[in-house]
Amino acid sequence: MTVQRSLIIGGAISLFFLALATLSLLWVPHEVTSLAIANRLQGPSATYLLGTDQFGRDILSLLMVGAQTSIAVAVAAIGIGAGVGVPLGLLAATQHGRFGDELIMRGNDLIFAFPALVIAILITATYGPSAFNAILAIGIFNIPVFARVTRAGALPIWTLDYILAARVAGKSKLRISLEHILPNILNLIIVQATIQFSLGILAEAALSYVGLGAQPPTPSWGRMLAEAQTMIYTHPMLAILPGACIMALVLGLNLAGDGLRDQLDPRLERTLK
Amino acid sequence: MLSYFLNRVLAMILSLAVASVVIFCLIEVIPGDPASFMLGLNATDEAVANLRAELGLDGGLLTRYLAWVGGMVQGEFGLSYTYRVPVADLIQDRLAVSLPLAIYALILSTALAIPVGVLATAKRGAWPDLGVMAAAQIGIAIPNFWFAMLLVLLFAIKLQWVSAGGFAGWDSFGAGLASLTLPAFALALPQAAILARVLRSALLETLEQDYIRTARAKGLSRRRTLWRHALRNAGIPVMTILGLQFSFLLAGAIIIENVFFLPGLGRLIFQGITQRDLIVVESVTMLLVFAVILVTFLVDLAYAALDPRLRR
Repeated sequence: MTVQRSLIIGGAISLFFLALATLSLLWVPHEVTSLAIANRLQGPSATYLLGTDQFGRDILSLLMVGAQTSIAVAVAAIGIGAGVGVPLGLLAATQHGRFGDELIMRGNDLIFAFPALVIAILITATYGPSAFNAILAIGIFNIPVFARVTRAGALPIWTLDYILAARVAGKSKLRISLEHILPNILNLIIVQATIQFSLGILAEAALSYVGLGAQPPTPSWGRMLAEAQTMIYTHPMLAILPGACIMALVLGLNLAGDGLRDQLDPRLERTLK
Repeated sequence: MLSYFLNRVLAMILSLAVASVVIFCLIEVIPGDPASFMLGLNATDEAVANLRAELGLDGGLLTRYLAWVGGMVQGEFGLSYTYRVPVADLIQDRLAVSLPLAIYALILSTALAIPVGVLATAKRGAWPDLGVMAAAQIGIAIPNFWFAMLLVLLFAIKLQWVSAGGFAGWDSFGAGLASLTLPAFALALPQAAILARVLRSALLETLEQDYIRTARAKGLSRRRTLWRHALRNAGIPVMTILGLQFSFLLAGAIIIENVFFLPGLGRLIFQGITQRDLIVVESVTMLLVFAVILVTFLVDLAYAALDPRLRR
C-alpha cells in the first residue's frame, strides 16, 4: 500500500503548524504580552526574525501563539461537534425510519439552514466576545455534519449479517452501536474531523478578525489581520504573514483530509489497481 | 408539482418559525433583562424602567414574540436604540449596499466558473484542468477577507486603479458599481474556483451517460454535446452549490464590508453589537436568515424546473 502524496504533503504542513503551536506553549522568541513601543515596526533582524508590529511585539512569536489559539479553538469545536453529533448519528441509525430518526435529521437540516457565521455573531453578541463563545458557535455547526456522516455510515452496517448475529446473541442496540458500528465508521469520522478542522480555522479567523473571537492580549491570526489593516499602506507584511499562515494550514488540512479519505477507502484503492 | 411546491412552502415556513424562535430566545430571553443589558451596569433604575416600557418588555414572552414577528411581517422592525430611527430605515439604507454586493459577486462567480469549468472538462488532465483544480484548493483555503486585503494591496495601493474603500453611493450608478467591484471580486474569485470544480466533476459524470454517447453518435460535435446536453444536466449539483454559495456570499459580505469600509448590513450588525443595540442585531440577523432560507426554497423550486423527476 502506497501512502497518498497529498496525505504526506498535507500532513507535513499540518504537523509543522501543530509543532509550532506546541512549541509556543513552552517557549517563544519574545513575550507576546509585553509591548515595547520603542521597538515598533522593525524589519526582520537577527533578534526579530520576522520583524515587529506597531506595538513592538515580535511577529514570529505572535504567529506561533496565534497558531495555538486557532488550533485550540478549532479542535475544541470539533470536540463539541463530534461529541454531540456522533452519538446523535448513531442513535438516528438505530431508529432508522422512525420518529426519532426523523426528528434528529430534521433538526440537522434546520441548523444547516442558518448561515453559520450569522449565528456565531448572534451568540457572541449576547454573551460577549470570547474564545469560548467562538468555540461554542463553531461547535454547534459541527454537530449536524458529524451526525449526518455517522448516520450515513452506520445505516449500511446495520443491515450486515454479523450485526444480525450480535442482535440474536442478545446484545443491546447501544452495545452494538459502540462495539461494532462505531469502530467501523471511525475512518469516516476522522476524515470529516480533518475537514471540520480546516473549516474551524477559517471560522475562527473570520470571527477574531471582526473582533468576536479571542480577546486581547491573546494573539490570534484573525486579530493580527484586523490590527494590520490600518498599517497596510506602509507595512504590508503585517497583513500578508498571518493570512498566509491561515491559508497554509487550511490547505494542509484539506490535502491531508483528501489523502486520508483516499487512503482509508479500500473501494477506491481497488479501482485504482 | 403542486404537492411538491406546497411541501417546500411548508418547509420554508417551518424553518422561518423555528429560526425566529431561536433568535428571539437568544436575544431577548437568555441574557436576562435586555434593557439592563443594553444600558450597561451604570444605568439608573429609572432609565432601565423607561427602556423596558419603550421595548414593550413588560408584556409576556408570547405577546412580545408575536408582536415582534407581526411587526416584521408588516416591515416594522422597531426603533433603533442608539440611532433613534426605525430599524427598517437603517436596514433599507444598508441593504442598498449589501444586496447589490452579494448579487454582483454571485454573477461574477457564475460567469467565471461556467466557462472555466467547461474548459477544465474539455481539457481534462491537461494544464487548464490542473490549473482549475489547484485554484479550487486555494479558493477553499483562502480567507476571503485576507484575499480582499491582498486585492487592496495590489489594485488600490500598488497600481492605484481603484480606491481602497468607501462607497460612492448610487447617485451615479457607475460610481456605485465601481466601489463594489473590488469587494465583489474578493468575494467571487474563491467561490468561482470552488464552483468550477463542482461543475467539472458534475460534467465529467454526465459525460459518462448513454445519451451523451447517443448525441455524439448522431453526429453532434464534442463542443455542442458539452454545451447543449451535458451542461444542462450538470445543473442540479451546480444549483445546490449556487444556493449554498449565496449564504456564503451573504455572510462573507458581512466580513468583507469591514475590509472596504462599506456601509452595509455587516457594518450595521457589528455597530449594533458594540453599542449593545439588540433591536438592530435581532432584526438584521433575522433578515439574513430569512434571505438564506428564501434562497434555499428558490433552489428547491429550480431543481424541479431542471429535473422533472423531482416534481413527483
